[in-house]
Amino acid sequence: MEYVLIVISAIFVNNIVLSQFLGICPFLGVSKKISTGIGMTGAVTFVMVIATIVTFFIQKAVLEPFGVEYLQTITFILVIASLVQLVEIILKKVSPPLYQALGVFLPLITTNCAILGVAILALGLEDTNIVKSVVFAMSHAVGFGLALVTFAGIREQLDLMDVPKGMRGTPIALVVAGLLALAFMGFAGIV
Amino acid sequence: MNQWNNFSKGFFKENAVFTLLLGMCPTLGVTSSAFDGLGMGLATTFVLVMANLVIALIKNLIPDKVRIPAFIVVIATFVTIVEMTMQAYLPDLFESLGLFIPLIVVNCLVLGRAEAFASKNNIGSSIIDGLGMGLGFAMALTILGALREILGSGKVFGTMIFPEDYGMLVFVLAPGAFIALGYLIAFINHVKKEA
Repeated sequence: MEYVLIVISAIFVNNIVLSQFLGICPFLGVSKKISTGIGMTGAVTFVMVIATIVTFFIQKAVLEPFGVEYLQTITFILVIASLVQLVEIILKKVSPPLYQALGVFLPLITTNCAILGVAILALGLEDTNIVKSVVFAMSHAVGFGLALVTFAGIREQLDLMDVPKGMRGTPIALVVAGLLALAFMGFAGIV
Repeated sequence: MNQWNNFSKGFFKENAVFTLLLGMCPTLGVTSSAFDGLGMGLATTFVLVMANLVIALIKNLIPDKVRIPAFIVVIATFVTIVEMTMQAYLPDLFESLGLFIPLIVVNCLVLGRAEAFASKNNIGSSIIDGLGMGLGFAMALTILGALREILGSGKVFGTMIFPEDYGMLVFVLAPGAFIALGYLIAFINHVKKEA
């Protein structure tokens, strides 16, 4: 039951993009087509889960025993940056088709604040353990995907609309994102 | 390029938020009030100036291939300093900015200036560039924060403009952030075309 609550809360109620404002850059940047949106979601899910597992062990096995929690930001970002490189190299060797699909998105992920954000948030859960952190990370990734793909779908339609001149491009995209966030607010209070 | 242009470009011509669309996460996440926006903007300015300074100093010592990780370590160091200082002296602001303080490290604006400017220019211009871009960012966040605060709760910096009952609550919440920024950018695009 506890896990069900985590999943629902992460995907709908506290959606990472639309209510917590993490990962806005890829949300606005790669949402012009549904297919690239799906590719980005795959890459983010992959890295987010691995990063959360690795940072969880670093926090529990290194930072806390030595009492150097203040080094959290600096260690986590370095770990994530090198992890992304590592994932890229391994994927290239092990699964070329998957690399073809996700490859272009991987370098962009280092500066995706959703990854670092979820890694830090996962450590703040009540009596946290590794299974809970993985479920937490995975459902946030799904929430990211849901928001991104929905938004991309709307933007594909938007290209065919007659938008007022001054609102074209970013402004109209932001207003659409706002309306989407308004729709997600309807989930507030169900958990 | 003279130093005044170098400084002032961050405010309008190359404003991080309104023109370059960098650092959108803190822009939307912490601007529910003008004060939070200003606090975040100044914290980012400090990191930006110090990171630009250090990177301009050591740019010749860093091998080209590992420059990005090296820049990230420099930036993360100053973010940690800001985090600890703010926790000690401004605990209220620290509470309300929350997760977004450690996330300054992945703000594309900071890494972007390090890569595009500080790694190619001398110390003096790098500091001025950091100051201009940082204050421009702070200005954008304060404007957006003040706008949302007025529309949402009828206040600016906590001073009442009109009674809170007439405010539109949605502007303080998540959807209002997107909508307010959308219209603000549309307005600025319009002004730019006229000018």
